[in-house]
This record gives sequence, structure tokens and C-alpha cells, in this order.
Amino acid sequence: MTLLADLAQALIRGDRLQVSELTCQAIAESMSPKAILDDGLLAGMKVVGVRFREREIFLPEVLMAARAMYAGMGPLKPLLVAEGVPSQGKVVLATVRGDLHDIGKNLVGIMLQGAGFEIVDLGFDVGPAAIVQAAKDHGVEVIGMSALLTTTMPAMREVVDLLRAEKLDGDVRTIVGGAPLSEEYARSIGADAYAPDAYTAVDVVKRLAGVA
Amino acid sequence: MEPFLSRLRSGPVLVGDGATGTLLMERGLPPGHPPEEATLTHPAWVVEVARRYVEAGADVVETNTFGASPTKLALAGLEGATERANREAVRLAREAVGTRAYVVGSVGPCGRLLEPYGDASCSAIHAGFLTQIGILAEAGVDAVFVETMTDLEEAKLAVRAAKEVAPDLPVAATMTFERAPRGFFTIMGNSVAEAVAALEEAGADAVGTNCGNRAEETVAIARELRRHSSLPLVVQPNAGLPRMRDGHLVYDESPAFMADRARQLVEIGVALVGGCCGTGPDHVRALRAMVDGRRT
Repeated sequence: MTLLADLAQALIRGDRLQVSELTCQAIAESMSPKAILDDGLLAGMKVVGVRFREREIFLPEVLMAARAMYAGMGPLKPLLVAEGVPSQGKVVLATVRGDLHDIGKNLVGIMLQGAGFEIVDLGFDVGPAAIVQAAKDHGVEVIGMSALLTTTMPAMREVVDLLRAEKLDGDVRTIVGGAPLSEEYARSIGADAYAPDAYTAVDVVKRLAGVA
Repeated sequence: MEPFLSRLRSGPVLVGDGATGTLLMERGLPPGHPPEEATLTHPAWVVEVARRYVEAGADVVETNTFGASPTKLALAGLEGATERANREAVRLAREAVGTRAYVVGSVGPCGRLLEPYGDASCSAIHAGFLTQIGILAEAGVDAVFVETMTDLEEAKLAVRAAKEVAPDLPVAATMTFERAPRGFFTIMGNSVAEAVAALEEAGADAVGTNCGNRAEETVAIARELRRHSSLPLVVQPNAGLPRMRDGHLVYDESPAFMADRARQLVEIGVALVGGCCGTGPDHVRALRAMVDGRRT
């Protein structure tokens, strides 16, 4: 399917207009929306994720690719919905209290959206109570928390503890990430999972939501 | 005191201070609150932190203004406090150190991504740096350190702002690099060579690196810096990378280890060695001893 391969390549280059055009062309040629998403947009994002992890490319290229992904999702989303591609689940995302760094969290949001999750993005500097409340209000399966500062990481533990206190920890799973985080830290605060990058986060969230 | 820039250029090697935020938290700054808040609410803490670093042997104490650009303060709802947060921080540092150390204005990233990748306009960010550095200069800092920069464009905006608002004030610009397959780069993809060339052109009097790395990598980055620049180098590494131990976050590079690696920095020709995240008065004391040992 060269059209979808071209679409993936355009996304990797961060060429927003080309991505939008090729997505529309694929739709016009009656390709399945699911195939356009999986073999075009997500295939491209996967390459971007791997190259960024290896530092063959850097943040600007990732951000341009993410923007291109949005451009492709625009025309595609209504079709995915109409076709009844089921939602993979709902996820609350937040950068925790005191932390203003949201680039990583936003990337995770874009990737999860692409993978079919509904995202409730609470933004940055979000307190534990607000995170748990949003999880309850929206009936989400997963809470994703991000921090860049070592001084704000402890707020993640408060969210985990709060879920336990409200006996929600069986229904709502937690995943944490951010530059200073580690598997070890996630375990020590009782979080369900850790992901080192946005691409891995998608697989982990799928597992947590039981759709992997 | 000898003017800061001539001391930086001709030595002896200057010892910088260590982390500020963690020391303020030890004194009671609530987790998640910006350190700059302490300047407004608990000035005595700010004085005490600076004093402890001078007593440990620091030649340079940085003001508690890393996040005090109006843009960054706005993210914490404190933009109305820009004037006070900067002016007071200089006064408190000076009160703590007198003439025993240089007082250097700390200027960190604005906290937002610049266009075209983010939504912060370059002119707005530049204006913010003009405001912050203008206040720092007027309040009497000996120099400005533009630090922990990961976006070369932003670092250039800050250096240019400094040179516009206070042409005679020395400015050092230090960036955070990480190891990539093809060498050291910022997360935005700027190589050490690129960064140094652009910062020199923007008017920096000194260049360097801080944060993000253990001492080992920092030594390698310092070599790169030396290869590409003849300006004085300012290098302030972390005490390693954060790890969990018994449920607490620790930085695992001891003062002795850090001082040993810093000896290599001095051999490379670094003009100022100090500490970033995870470093405290004990690290500064060890750096002091190393530098003095070398000198005698």
C-alpha cells in the first residue's frame, strides 16, 4: 500500500499539509479508516518514537510529527467514529502539582488518542484530589501522571494513596512517566506502571486498560 | 573585589554554589511551590541558604531567581511579583555574603516552548528576559548566569536581552546537553559546537553546561566546550542522577567523588566549577578543598 507508506513518511518528516492531503486521498480511495490510522499515521509515529528514543532525532522533529498526526486525525476521526471503531478506553492525563512541564504529557496524549483512547487532559500543576475527582467523573480506566522535577514527583504517591483510600485502586490503574522517573520509583510509590517514553506508554496503557 | 569578568578570565578558578530549591524545601518550602516564593514569604531562608554556601567556600552565590522571569512566574500565578522576586533576591543574597562572594543573577528557562514548536512568541519571551535582567542589573548583581537552557533560541534571547539592558554586565550562558549517538546535544537538537558559536555571537562572555548529567558526562561535555570555544567556561553538574533509596530520592555522587571529577574540569581549563541538582554545602566544601589544594 504505497499511499499509506507515503503517508507514514510524510508524518515522519512532520509535513502537516502532505499528511492532511494524503489522508484525504486515502479516504477518497475508500481505504478503511482503521488501516489509514494503523498503517499510515501510527506506523509513522512509531518510527518517530524509536528515532527519538535513540536520539537520532530531537524534540522539534517529534513535535512537528505530532502536529502532522493531528492534521491527519482531523478528517479521519469522524469516520472512525462512524465506522464504530470502539474506544479503547478513557485516560486522565496530568502533569502533577507544582510541575509546569507538559511537553511529554502532551505527546503521550497524542499517541494515546491515535491509538483510540479518549483523553481527559487536565493540563499541568494539577493537585492529587483534582486528578482523582476527574477519574471518578469521567469513569476512566487509567490515570497517567507526568513530572519533570524531582521535587514534584512525590505528588504522584498522593494520587496512588488517595485511590487506595477511596477503594478505587482496583478499577483505576496508574501509569507514571517523566525524565527523572524510573520503574523503581513507580514501584516504590505503588503505581501500577511506568513508561520511559510516549510510544511505550501506549502499549502499557493498553495493557492496564485490558485491551492489549 | 576584582571585577567578576576579569577574575573569570584570569583565575584562580572560582567555586560556585550548589542547589537552592532543595535547601529551601529542607527549611519548609512546601513541595511543589516555586522556590522564588520563599523570597517573598520567608526571606530568612533565602539568606541562610546563601550564607551556608559562602561558609562552605563558594566564591559565587546565585540569586534565588532561576524561575523569576515574568513568563515563568505567570505559570505559578505570581507574575505580579516579578519586580519584588528579583530585586529582593539580590538584596538577600548580598546581605548574606557581603563582599565575601560574587552575587550572580540566576536566569532560567521561561517554562514554555518557543514558536514555531510551541505557542510562546519570541518577542514576548525576549521582553520577559529584558524585564527580569533589567531588575537584576539595577539591584546590583555582579553578573548574570543564563542557565539550564535546552533551547538554543531561548538562550540567545536571554543573552541578547542581557546585553541590551545592561551592556557592561558579564553574562554566562550554560546549557543542558545529553549524550546522543553522534555526540552531545540538547533535547532540542543543538550540538555543543552549534550552541557555543551561537551564544558567542549573541554576546555571551562565558559559556558552559549545567544540570542533567553526572560528573562523568560533564567532563566529556567540558572537553567539547573547550574544543569549540576560547571563552571562559562555567560548569555546574548534578550530583549524579536521582535514584530511589528507602523510599527517598537521593543523588548518589558523594562530595569527594564530585570533587575528584571536578579536578578534571579544572585541568581542562574550566573557570568556574559549581553544583546543580543534588549538590549541597558539603559538595561545595569538597570543591573548595580541591581548588585550594591545586592552587598551593
